[in-house]
Amino acid sequence: MSAVMSNPLFREPLSMAGAEREIEFRDAVREAMCEEMRRDKRVYLLGEEVAQYDGAYKVSKGMLAEFGAARVVDTPISESGFSGMAIGSAMLGLRPIVEFMSWSFSLVAADPILNNAPKMLYMSGGQFGCPIVFRGNDGAGGQLGSTHSWSVEGLFSNVPGVKIVIPSTPADAKGLMKTAIRDDDPVFFLESERLLSMKGHVPEGEYLIPFGHAALRRQGKDCTICSWGRPVHFCLEAAEILAKEGIDCEVIDLRTIRPLDLPTVVASVRKTSAAVVVDQSWSFASPGSELAAQIHRHCFDELDNFVHRVHSDDVPTPYAVALEQEYLPNVRKICEAVRSATYRA
Amino acid sequence: MKDPIVPMPQVAPPAVATAGTGASSLPVPASTAMQWLRTMHLVREFEVRCMQSYQEKKIGGFCHVYIGQEAVAVGCVAAMQPQDPIVTAYRDHGHALARGMSSRACMAEMFGRAGGCAKGKGGSMHMFDRPNNLFGGHGIVGAQTPLGAGLAFATKYEDEVILGGKSRRVSLSFLGDGAVNQGAFYEAQNLAGLLDLPVIFIIENNGYSMGTAIHRGTTMSHDICIKGRAHGLREATIDGMDVLSVYRDMKALADWCREHSRPAIVDMKCYRFKGHSMSDPRKYRTREEEAHHESNDPIITLERRLTNAGVLDEARLASMLKEVREEVRDAVAHANASEPTSASELYRDVFVEPWGRYTGSSLPDYMGGATNACTFRATDGKEGLV
Ligand SMILES: Cc1ncc(C[n+]2csc(CCOP(=O)(O)OP(=O)(O)O)c2C)c(N)n1
Ligand SMILES: [Mg+2]
Repeated sequence: MSAVMSNPLFREPLSMAGAEREIEFRDAVREAMCEEMRRDKRVYLLGEEVAQYDGAYKVSKGMLAEFGAARVVDTPISESGFSGMAIGSAMLGLRPIVEFMSWSFSLVAADPILNNAPKMLYMSGGQFGCPIVFRGNDGAGGQLGSTHSWSVEGLFSNVPGVKIVIPSTPADAKGLMKTAIRDDDPVFFLESERLLSMKGHVPEGEYLIPFGHAALRRQGKDCTICSWGRPVHFCLEAAEILAKEGIDCEVIDLRTIRPLDLPTVVASVRKTSAAVVVDQSWSFASPGSELAAQIHRHCFDELDNFVHRVHSDDVPTPYAVALEQEYLPNVRKICEAVRSATYRA
Repeated sequence: MKDPIVPMPQVAPPAVATAGTGASSLPVPASTAMQWLRTMHLVREFEVRCMQSYQEKKIGGFCHVYIGQEAVAVGCVAAMQPQDPIVTAYRDHGHALARGMSSRACMAEMFGRAGGCAKGKGGSMHMFDRPNNLFGGHGIVGAQTPLGAGLAFATKYEDEVILGGKSRRVSLSFLGDGAVNQGAFYEAQNLAGLLDLPVIFIIENNGYSMGTAIHRGTTMSHDICIKGRAHGLREATIDGMDVLSVYRDMKALADWCREHSRPAIVDMKCYRFKGHSMSDPRKYRTREEEAHHESNDPIITLERRLTNAGVLDEARLASMLKEVREEVRDAVAHANASEPTSASELYRDVFVEPWGRYTGSSLPDYMGGATNACTFRATDGKEGLV
């Protein structure tokens, strides 16, 4: 078992005391990439529109100017080709960062990202690893319709050999991205387009956040809410509403779902005896169902109720704004789940 | 334009008697050509023993033998330098042996044993050999072509960004004529053309993808290089049944790619003598057609050349064959004797480090991260690549 497990389970809740510099989520991701590219010449960025256009979502703004065209590489619209190419280059020792304009488009690159990257080390008996980061927008919420609104963690977390990072704050995005780039295994880094403009305190200077370390976002004694990525913010909002009703929620932000910080979750649920898992992918065979199963296994005696789950509805993502909001795991659904889990419905 | 129906790749008739006499008629030193002959025999013998072992159920899964195509891998590898990366498809035993993998490690991999090149975790279709710069056999048709572009991307990047200089390495990406129809191949060619990648896509055009004759699956099948012409690739059509032609033409092409840092495509005309895999009744082609191509056996062609040049005689051939048979017999014995891969290997090599290389947060205290200092597990920042 890794040292992660021996860490004290709970850290202080995120406090913004002393917070001065606030930057956007996208700037935090860029800072991480730039710092790592300055530090290690093997790191390069490639993807559609990342260089001359400054990135479809301006995450890579200015990077071409600093690093030049050899290290910030515009590609044609060939997700399968450039993903495979980047993997080949990683096998030879480079450390690529591949930007998917949207993770939805990674589906046409399913073979390289699922069949090559996560299996190379194993199939080669440990000879060829694949230190690569795939990153881009994930999740619904921008009225982009079914094809552009994938939460790919639902599919991809099923695959052994990948690490999956889903940050919810700019500070986490930076620290986790730096860790991802230095990691020797393939990392899927899922950003939310809805969060890219979110501002938050990001410390100046270098820091890293390890994988498999959840962050405690709110302390509480009545119910544990577990989530990752954008829905964490809905959970915090719901927790405020529920607090007024006398339900004191603990909110855990897993930050990475592979590896999964189970000890933190288990310790919390053993304390609260109630758990709600909030996951924006579809419910069937999802990271949320996995976490719920793990909680049932490890907290069987302590639970006062079954683990409740909130997901996106089990339908293709609708376009209409009201429908889409209803479809997503939203504050109302989270509140209902917590009330039910704690018998206050 | 309607494609002409070509029953088979047009392979030149056995170019034997015309080759002149004396060792000086060979384009390479006699000892080198003799070495190639030995390797071709080794591959042939290895594959024959694989087929036997498959019947004996020592080898499982899918198994695709290279018999008939030996000149391609041997000639191509000979034309390259050891540091040039190579990636190929699932019909990969010949490439592995030609690249220098020991027949023991290769056979033990076939048998799924701990002594295999990938400890029995890859199998017949997935031969990897880091010391010999073999970046795998790959089981998904066409998937290795973007990887080949990536290997070239990395060598070019290494030279330009990390070491500062001009590309010194050329990558080879082998594929079958069936793989030509995979989308990934077009993306790979386009990227290679755009980014000036020194990679050669070698289409081992044996005329069939499983039971589908090339003209049934591929437009313009009489002129496969047109697929690369669309992306500005340099091209060559090579007689893959003659190792001397393969060497000569590949060497010239590789030199050009090295010099110009540009990609190329090769229509390597060849024929697979056996079925697609171990369970192929070969109903899609006639025995006459097979006999015609078998009369153009690349090994016999080379033997005749060497005999005419006065460097091979019956005694030398017999001793070479004896040596090769002994080597493969030893490989099989070694594979049989090698430990089955232990269950403890099951969970190894899934990740380099499952929890990552960092054991603690380096977030500042006030952000709740600094329960312990950031710890590094590995040194990095090394110069150059593998
Ligand atoms: C994506 C994919 N589709 C189908 C297959 C099954 N398959 C394996 S080999 C093969 C034929 C490929 O023929 P070719 O590329 O000409 O290579 P050859 O067998 O002649 O060496 C097929 C269809 C596969 N492995 N991968
Ligand atoms: Mg073929």
